[in-house]
Amino acid sequence: MKLLTHNMMKSHCKGVINGFPLKLTHSQIETKEIEFNPDFINRIISRLEWSALVEVANQLGVGEGLPEMLPESQQIDDEDTLKAIHHALLEVDVIEGELECPETAKATSWDRQVSDMRLNED
Amino acid sequence: MDISQSMLEIAVERETDGDLLLADIGEGVPFRAGTFDGVISISVLQWLCNADKANHNPFKRLKRFFTLLYSSMRSGGRAVFQVYPESPKQMELITEQATRCGFTGGVVVDYPNSTKAKKVFLCLFAGTPVNNLVMPQGLGSENENTVQYSNERFTGKKRKRRGEVSRKEWIQNKKQKMRSLGKDVTADSKYTGRKRKPKF
Repeated sequence: MKLLTHNMMKSHCKGVINGFPLKLTHSQIETKEIEFNPDFINRIISRLEWSALVEVANQLGVGEGLPEMLPESQQIDDEDTLKAIHHALLEVDVIEGELECPETAKATSWDRQVSDMRLNED
Repeated sequence: MDISQSMLEIAVERETDGDLLLADIGEGVPFRAGTFDGVISISVLQWLCNADKANHNPFKRLKRFFTLLYSSMRSGGRAVFQVYPESPKQMELITEQATRCGFTGGVVVDYPNSTKAKKVFLCLFAGTPVNNLVMPQGLGSENENTVQYSNERFTGKKRKRRGEVSRKEWIQNKKQKMRSLGKDVTADSKYTGRKRKPKF
């Protein structure tokens, strides 16, 4: 799972008030090379929850180069920063791990590309 | 997202881009508010109408799905679902639940007269789209909004004789008919129905 996806996901358990962000535990990561597209990065950063991204990137040790806060205009011109964001969002792949809902602590696990998000309410 | 592990495994085999989620959409979708501008779904919604387990209630599942989907979409976002409804009633059920959750839009049908080529799409808008609500036009339905009606009594006296319609007209009518059935028809050109020399 890419960190870009993690940034968009939140818990859909019933009764949860704020299910974002999902806590990532027991994770193993891999990095791949993905083509860098600065336009895409500039546009996607306005859709992200920046603090959550920084937090999880630092937790995984891939957060270097990420600014603490986004500038007002939400546009970044510095190519190195853009490359660091590109790396954290798209090139890091969490291949194994668990996601925990911050309120109900329901854990979902995954393997490779597929994350098991079933609630299994019985 | 898919409920079937095997289908997801095939997706992995085919090296699909992006991340895959094994999930039951009847439980909702696990995304943050205002995330998506576009949603595509193919041959999925009709399954929400089935109750595969004892505790499944299709109404509730559809409602849960559309509620969470609506909130995960940005205002102005669009969702298109290609569905294979069992009956018009099922289509109504789905559309009703979607409207209850705040979606606008409706059903678009491609080639409504053909059993083979007919495709049903549910096109939904979350909030008001930026460049006005324009519903896509279904294919193969240009002549379907009118019905020919006349008050004349049919006496059988005005029987059409064969050959009344010119050859070229007949060919063009036939091509139009085939087009509305969704078949591949070559484009009309100056050679279509052209009069041949007598030696033909």
